Amino acid sequence: MKVKNVVIAGLGGQGVLKASDILADAAFRAGFDVKKSELHGMSQRGGSVSSDVRYGDAVLSPMVPPGEADVLVVLEATQVEINRPTLRAGGVLIGPDLLDPEAFKNKKSLNVALLGAASTILEIPEEDWLAAMRANLAEKLHKLNEQSFATGRAAALARSSAT
Amino acid sequence: MTGERLLLSGDDAVALAALHAGVRLGTGYPGTPSTEILETFDRLGGQAQWSPNEKVALEVGLGSAFAGARTLVTMKHVGLNVAADPLFTAAYTDILGGLIVVSADDPGMASSQNEQDNRHYARAAALPMLEPIDSQQAYDFTWLGFEISERWKIPVILRVTTRVCHAKTIVRPRATAQSSPQPSFQRDVPARVMIPAYAKPAHQRLRQKLADIAAWNEAEGPVRLDAGDSKLGIVATGISAVHAREAAPEASQLTLGLTYPLPLERIRTFAAGVERLLVIEEGDPVLVDSLRAAGIPAEGKPEMYRFGELNVARVRRILAGDTSPEPAPPKGKPPELCQGCSHRGVFEVLRDLNCIVAGDIGCYTLGVLPPFSAMDTCVCMGASIGVGLGMRHVLPEEQARRVVSVIGDSTFVHSGITGLAEMVYNPPSTGHLVLILDNGTTAMTGQQEHPGTGRLLDHSPTGKISFEALGRAMGIQNVHVVSSQDKEQSLRDLITGLLAKSETSLVVTRQPCVLAAPKIRFYEKAATGQTTPDSCAADVVD
Ligand SMILES: Cc1ncc(C[n+]2csc(CCOP(=O)(O)OP(=O)(O)O)c2C)c(N)n1
Ligand code: SF4
Repeated sequence: MKVKNVVIAGLGGQGVLKASDILADAAFRAGFDVKKSELHGMSQRGGSVSSDVRYGDAVLSPMVPPGEADVLVVLEATQVEINRPTLRAGGVLIGPDLLDPEAFKNKKSLNVALLGAASTILEIPEEDWLAAMRANLAEKLHKLNEQSFATGRAAALARSSAT
Repeated sequence: MTGERLLLSGDDAVALAALHAGVRLGTGYPGTPSTEILETFDRLGGQAQWSPNEKVALEVGLGSAFAGARTLVTMKHVGLNVAADPLFTAAYTDILGGLIVVSADDPGMASSQNEQDNRHYARAAALPMLEPIDSQQAYDFTWLGFEISERWKIPVILRVTTRVCHAKTIVRPRATAQSSPQPSFQRDVPARVMIPAYAKPAHQRLRQKLADIAAWNEAEGPVRLDAGDSKLGIVATGISAVHAREAAPEASQLTLGLTYPLPLERIRTFAAGVERLLVIEEGDPVLVDSLRAAGIPAEGKPEMYRFGELNVARVRRILAGDTSPEPAPPKGKPPELCQGCSHRGVFEVLRDLNCIVAGDIGCYTLGVLPPFSAMDTCVCMGASIGVGLGMRHVLPEEQARRVVSVIGDSTFVHSGITGLAEMVYNPPSTGHLVLILDNGTTAMTGQQEHPGTGRLLDHSPTGKISFEALGRAMGIQNVHVVSSQDKEQSLRDLITGLLAKSETSLVVTRQPCVLAAPKIRFYEKAATGQTTPDSCAADVVD
């Protein structure tokens, strides 16, 4: 498979790195070559954070070149514009506006909910997503995150069938 | 374990290889992007410990290697400056157990005060250097590093960069963890006691070792050839090699693994077979200069690409000779001190008192940004004290009296203690004030322990240095501790009073980092046996 490029962005503390860990692990479990890269360091203190995940038959650079992301997942509305240049023409943006803030109360699992949305366009089997979530999250969080993943997935499917 | 497929960061891959290769001791000092190596090594069951700074870490590591144990020493690029003194003479010695010094460089300064290129250290200290391109090579080169180190009795530098350390890629580990040499002291005075009489022949031996290693690198060193179009030949190292493969898949490419001493004849042969030879390297023109010095006509990158890290887009521009201005990277939201951070109150006071602040490195460096704007210098770890003293010595009195040195607890242990000695020994006529911001952890790099916390790398209890007792023992005239119970007003009054005196003063502000506090409470309880056996530190924070 041709390399799939995904960028996940947001602010420190939102779980951007956790989300990219889950995605990379899911792609890894699905048997792909995977590379994931981001800048750590100052991220825990609320600054902008983004993480690149690439998977396919053979991945070279671990960083998604600007303008080549197939999917851009953004966890925080203020971070959409600064990250938009990473998207390729025709690439898909998944932003926090996908979820109705009234209905989606669990902010802590927004990262996983948006992964659920992204899962509708990433060719990774559901069992690999679930296994990756379980491997990367504390056990007491499993149920809630599985629900959030399903919520995000349903929201994305609803939107794509509406348009 | 053969054939097992793992998704690992470069740091974790180095740690796993160290475990498999039978490393008996891992030492280091935290620093992005190297920190996780020792933390993972500890988690995997290896013996890992934080030293007060990189110099001590290397010295402990050297002793361990002299004693015959395979040893790993880790640090970030600037850490090697601190460890440079032992490094340069360790190169002259014969070591018994393999010794790898990891230098984790940070091109682009994701989290560093400079982007120095530590490939220069291999040349300057005359030590072999390995540069992996991904986690698999980080794993393989850790093994290889020990083999080279033991074969030639020489320390080996494993140079990794941010995008190798923190990128996760697939690793297939080796079959078995072999048994490593048993430590046992063997006296070898001429090889380990570097007085001139022994150091002179040792220098000659070092050069001979390098010549032998170069010959080995020519014959069977880790070089990868991707045969392609003869129009363009690329020579690359480290992470740049994968960017180059992606940017120019049709080119012929020679990717070097042991980048010092270089396999110059292999490169010369490769160069002879291509029309255009281009060197793709991040940072300084180290490789291209070496090739040119050897008479290999090679093209480097335009000067603008010395700065920052490379990526596929920049390599494409280098290939095209494009020197037009690059699009400005999007401005993200800068980091800031956490809400409730103990450093906030201190910088509010320093700002309000219009202090001239000689700052230092850590989370508290963010005191330079609004709303505090209360830091005037920041150079390297520990510099706050010396720089503050220097300013005090020469500034007019009205300004000198406003100078304060501000240093974090981990930074103080790392390299602030000698600064206090300087203050006691050469006190400025207006005196001086040093503030230690003791938040009970090395917060900046992810909350590591240090000798002032009283806990080891794995958070179990050990001896603890008291900064106030140290200050008193050193002869500082006024030593005060301000705890979290004290109001900001009392800190303000205290500092105002001390600045008016012409005496030496040390104030320790003691309040835990808010992110670390729950874990610190957990470790303290664990030390007194008050926790349930199945609870774990990760559960105390969400
Ligand atoms: C020589 C060197 N080693 C390591 C580092 C990485 N580093 C920067 S600041 C710091 C320590 C910060 O801890 P502390 O002084 O306690 O301040 P805090 O972050 O807790 O506020 C470290 C390890 C460095 N910049 N230079
Ligand atoms: S991590 Fe700790 S020291 Fe750093 S800004 Fe946050 S509270 Fe302050």
